Amino acid sequence: MSKYLLIMRGTDESNAAMMADIDEAIATTRQFIEEMLKAGVLLAAEGLDDPGKGVVVDFSGEAPVVTDGPYGETKELFGGFFMLDVASKEEAVEWAKRVPTPRGAKIEVRRVPGSDEVPQVAE
Amino acid sequence: MGTAEVEAVWRIESARIVAALTRFTGDFGLAEDAAQEAVAEALVSWPLAPPANPAGWLMATARRRAIDTLRRRTALHDRYALLAADPAVGEEIDPDKIDDDVLALMFISCHPVLSPEARVALTLRVVGGLSSEEIARAFLVPVPTIQARITRAKKTIAAAGVPFELPAAGERRERLGGVLSVIYVIFTEGSTATSGDRLLRPDVAYEAIRLARTLAALQPAEPEVHGLLALCELTAARFPARTAPDGSPILLEDQDRRRWDFSAIRRGLAALAVASTRGLGPYGLQAAIAAAHASAPSVEETDWDRIVLLYEALGRVAPSPVVELNRAVAVAMASGPAQALAIVDELIASDRLPGSHLVPTVRGELLARLGRRPEARAELELAARLCANQRERSVLLRKAAALD
Repeated sequence: MSKYLLIMRGTDESNAAMMADIDEAIATTRQFIEEMLKAGVLLAAEGLDDPGKGVVVDFSGEAPVVTDGPYGETKELFGGFFMLDVASKEEAVEWAKRVPTPRGAKIEVRRVPGSDEVPQVAE
Repeated sequence: MGTAEVEAVWRIESARIVAALTRFTGDFGLAEDAAQEAVAEALVSWPLAPPANPAGWLMATARRRAIDTLRRRTALHDRYALLAADPAVGEEIDPDKIDDDVLALMFISCHPVLSPEARVALTLRVVGGLSSEEIARAFLVPVPTIQARITRAKKTIAAAGVPFELPAAGERRERLGGVLSVIYVIFTEGSTATSGDRLLRPDVAYEAIRLARTLAALQPAEPEVHGLLALCELTAARFPARTAPDGSPILLEDQDRRRWDFSAIRRGLAALAVASTRGLGPYGLQAAIAAAHASAPSVEETDWDRIVLLYEALGRVAPSPVVELNRAVAVAMASGPAQALAIVDELIASDRLPGSHLVPTVRGELLARLGRRPEARAELELAARLCANQRERSVLLRKAAALD
């Protein structure tokens, strides 16, 4: 078993489609969250605010530079996540396929290594 | 689609499919057989032609197999029964009822007419969606043994006429206790493997945590469900620090607490807070003890007085010699080894834990702390002889040898 992060990556198109019927989007997401809770696999879920309200802290220079969002060239923006505790990668993928999301969006499935997998620092 | 994909869908759908089919046919054994046939078919046909809706495919196929079986039976017995059953065939899962049906499935799998081993196997198979092979691996028994347990369990349920329904209000609490104890047994097998060469089997413990989470979602108003979930989370949080890279156990006092899983601790404390709203039961009290450890920066800075109080309370609501022994350990930390030794000697005098390696283990530790080294050594050697876990045994022998 392992933890997986399902990262929602929306495009302008998919975000607009979602906002067009936001009540429906909220209702179906809630139902999906209920399903994952009852399956005993959901650890956390959050959605992010409009990228236009965010900022970017850029470390390319000597001192960090803060600029307003959104983020220049990026086509798909991180819009929210589900943290799952599942038996296999295939199960994480199966849940990802069930995320209610408009056409055009993507979901990235990434494993979260356990604390016993992090290399021990020699002391 | 390969085997792993089929198994993944089955894991998610198993409980709902078996529950819905049991509701539909009124026959738990038949429902389980039909569901297993559907999985077997999926393993063959999905790699060639993956279905657009795998969950729907499994449900539809399982339902067809159930109807086939009903038809065969009615051909032999009573054709009218088939006519009565047919109208329900087209029905979809009723989302309002499926939660109760999954809950009823947990109650039937943990029914008191079944042997404890059968309850564990059945729960993991129908509620958890594990295969017989996976269950056999989890409990280190041969696959045919698990298959025989499940077959027998289904026959027992049929023979005893166990209805598929939620227990009546009067016996609900007691039956829920039965479900909790099955989940706890599974968790314990993962957290302190009773046999074999590994101390921990986190994958087995994970199955229990998952079942506890499901039960907490379905029975949110039951404090002990959250208590058990908290206990499992808080205990599992220490797994990463409990074994050395070579698999040998690391005792609580020597664990690198930075390696504890802090998100699991946070989840455990949250579940404990829910469990505490109406006074803690046995699982909640054990979780509170685990929480006292989880919140302490070191063994020395642990609130041992509180732990002693919690063990006393636990000993009142769920008296057991193991609780007494643990209380002795806590007393040793809070007030010194002499008082603790008196508790252990009383346990021995009443012979309430015969043959357990735990009693001489604790007694040996206490004697060592009191400077009674030859006696301590003899106790630890006795403990090593009685201990079935190879990893623990070698630690005991090492400690005994150090007392030379």
